[in-house]
Amino acid sequence: MAKLTMAKALNLALAQEMERDKSVYVMGEDVGRDGGVFRITEGLIDRFGEVRVMDTPLAESAIVGVGIGMAVAGLKPICEIQFSGFSYMGIDQLESHAARMRWRSRGRWSVPMVVRAPYGGGVRALEHHSESKEVFYAHTPGLKMVIPSGPRNARALLVSAIRDPDPVVFFEPKAIYRAFREEVPDEEETLPLGKARIVREGGDITLVAYGAMLRPTLEAAEQLAGDGIDPEVIDLLTISPMDDETIAASVRKNGRVVIVHEAQRSFGAGAEIFARLNEKAFWYLEAPMERVTGYDVIVPFFAREKAYLPDAERIVHAARRALQ
Amino acid sequence: MNAADKKRLLREMLYARRFEERCYEAYVERKIGGFLHLYPGQEACVHGVMEAAKPGHDYVITGYRDHVHAIQCGADPKKVMAELYGKETGSSKGRGGSMHIFDVEHRFMGGYALVGGPFPLAAGIGKAIKLQGGDEISICFLGDAANNQGSFHESLNMAAVWELPVLFVCENNLYGIGTRIERSTAVQEQYKRACGYGIEAARVDGQDIETVYEAALKAVDYVRSGKGPYFLELSTYRYRGHSMSDAGAYRTKEEQQEWIKRDPINLFKERLIEAGELSEEDFQSLDKEIIEQIDRDVIPFAEESPEPKLEELEKYVLAENDPWVKGGAQ
Ligand SMILES: Cc1ncc(C[n+]2csc(CCOP(=O)(O)OP(=O)(O)O)c2C)c(N)n1
Ligand SMILES: [Mg+2]
Repeated sequence: MAKLTMAKALNLALAQEMERDKSVYVMGEDVGRDGGVFRITEGLIDRFGEVRVMDTPLAESAIVGVGIGMAVAGLKPICEIQFSGFSYMGIDQLESHAARMRWRSRGRWSVPMVVRAPYGGGVRALEHHSESKEVFYAHTPGLKMVIPSGPRNARALLVSAIRDPDPVVFFEPKAIYRAFREEVPDEEETLPLGKARIVREGGDITLVAYGAMLRPTLEAAEQLAGDGIDPEVIDLLTISPMDDETIAASVRKNGRVVIVHEAQRSFGAGAEIFARLNEKAFWYLEAPMERVTGYDVIVPFFAREKAYLPDAERIVHAARRALQ
Repeated sequence: MNAADKKRLLREMLYARRFEERCYEAYVERKIGGFLHLYPGQEACVHGVMEAAKPGHDYVITGYRDHVHAIQCGADPKKVMAELYGKETGSSKGRGGSMHIFDVEHRFMGGYALVGGPFPLAAGIGKAIKLQGGDEISICFLGDAANNQGSFHESLNMAAVWELPVLFVCENNLYGIGTRIERSTAVQEQYKRACGYGIEAARVDGQDIETVYEAALKAVDYVRSGKGPYFLELSTYRYRGHSMSDAGAYRTKEEQQEWIKRDPINLFKERLIEAGELSEEDFQSLDKEIIEQIDRDVIPFAEESPEPKLEELEKYVLAENDPWVKGGAQ
């Protein structure tokens, strides 16, 4: 057991999986000699060599596409995209090919690859360097979309993603790469994909969040608890396939719910959760469902980043509305 | 180039150097957020090319290392600095920051954070010029690593086949972030890749502003006369890290020292002194005057300007009053 940042925990997952399985390869811009712009792949090239830790040319479409080719031909590539906002050239390959290979080959081929990318706000940048476009991938059948929320689950989920037989897009909340440490066991640990976890049990209201938004959501829960309200907090962990049963069970119990995400509001994950709760918990609702999200704007520059990103205050406010 | 032009150019390069150094300081003081990519070492490239072009008339587009490009197109350095500070008075109204400077009045069509993004836009601007019969040209400044992006190849081919008035300038500084060119790029002389599309191309020393200027004159003439695109490769070097978060372990001190020996500003200054067109004292007082001017006009303007209004977060997403904007917001 060591106390690790999420950055180090992800590095541990990569190193251990490369050690365990010779068919795992890491590739991407500056991931080798340079150790990656966020240093997630630091030291891997020294341990596993240039053949398995590949610095690629600046070409996202080919990074993802070559990864797909490697995967259908028997390897397990882990492609790093430097920022999730740079993945748009790669989306063509993910959407057009990675997501469809199993179906196209009627189950004879699969694409056991992982595309990792830092996503989200909190680094005082804007646009491509801060946005949160998980629904691009979640909308596509054939892809899995995973977002961890801390060192320990990031490590365990990345291991599961690498071992998964299908393509997984793995978004790492860059705001918390080094924000805090957690005990992470040395021995291997996995978490099932497609499973949410209850982080805090409570009987008054359900708060659902994922990624970097879990922290302000827990903060909001503490504030509410201070006022005698008992919130339950759910960490989604996998956006798609979504564990709607865990959320619905909680909402059937509590009757009130707030969804939190930093992605833009319209057509966001929150909208999908609303739809599923409508199907699975409608008769248990005691108040309109609430969501606290980013706004329907381009993610703005640092002077206004704080105003864009949901914080505990906005979450508490929404919870109080739902509790009225 | 006459003596007065040379002196002005030297001043402009020195201004760019000092401007970037002040950006560095402001970033360290956390007055500038996000990412910051600085230009020192490469000054002769944009200054030489823009001297041969018509700033404010010709369209210019580039990547994220864009402050000096904007200024050389005519953007007010005060507004560029205010943009870096995220202020309403900035050239992109404080919403873009370092990587997204825009100055439409001077036809500076933007800095872009996505590497490779500007290639097709430059070709499209060239297409519009051609269809509308203008005498402007479209100039696209990008780095060496950008040429590995698919958009480079798609755009060069299209520009060639449609004979578009586009000047592609490749500032080849040997690195894309921490990866050296031979580790990422099969053909290292970038102009050869343009030759593959039948595009006129040349490669020259990007540290010598007079060489850049001569080569750019030829290139600009070629493009403006309607013969089609041109690709100019300038071999150069950046002194600072790729961005401010760069530890620089991927290159040696010796290599950096070698390039600093051929510093574009020093090279030009020494030449002017040798020709008797400048004295060391002239240079020192020029430098002093530039630093004073930046400290007196540029920095206080950026510091004292207001931030964008919170109520205007939704502005500029779509045309004013579009129902989508209000409908989606909380
Ligand atoms: C599509 C995309 N991929 C990756 C990046 C991250 N990135 C920013 S600059 C850069 C290297 C670019 O090198 P080059 O084109 O040579 O320009 P230079 O920085 O040397 O001026 C990379 C990989 C990005 N901004 N956009
Ligand atoms: Mg370069």
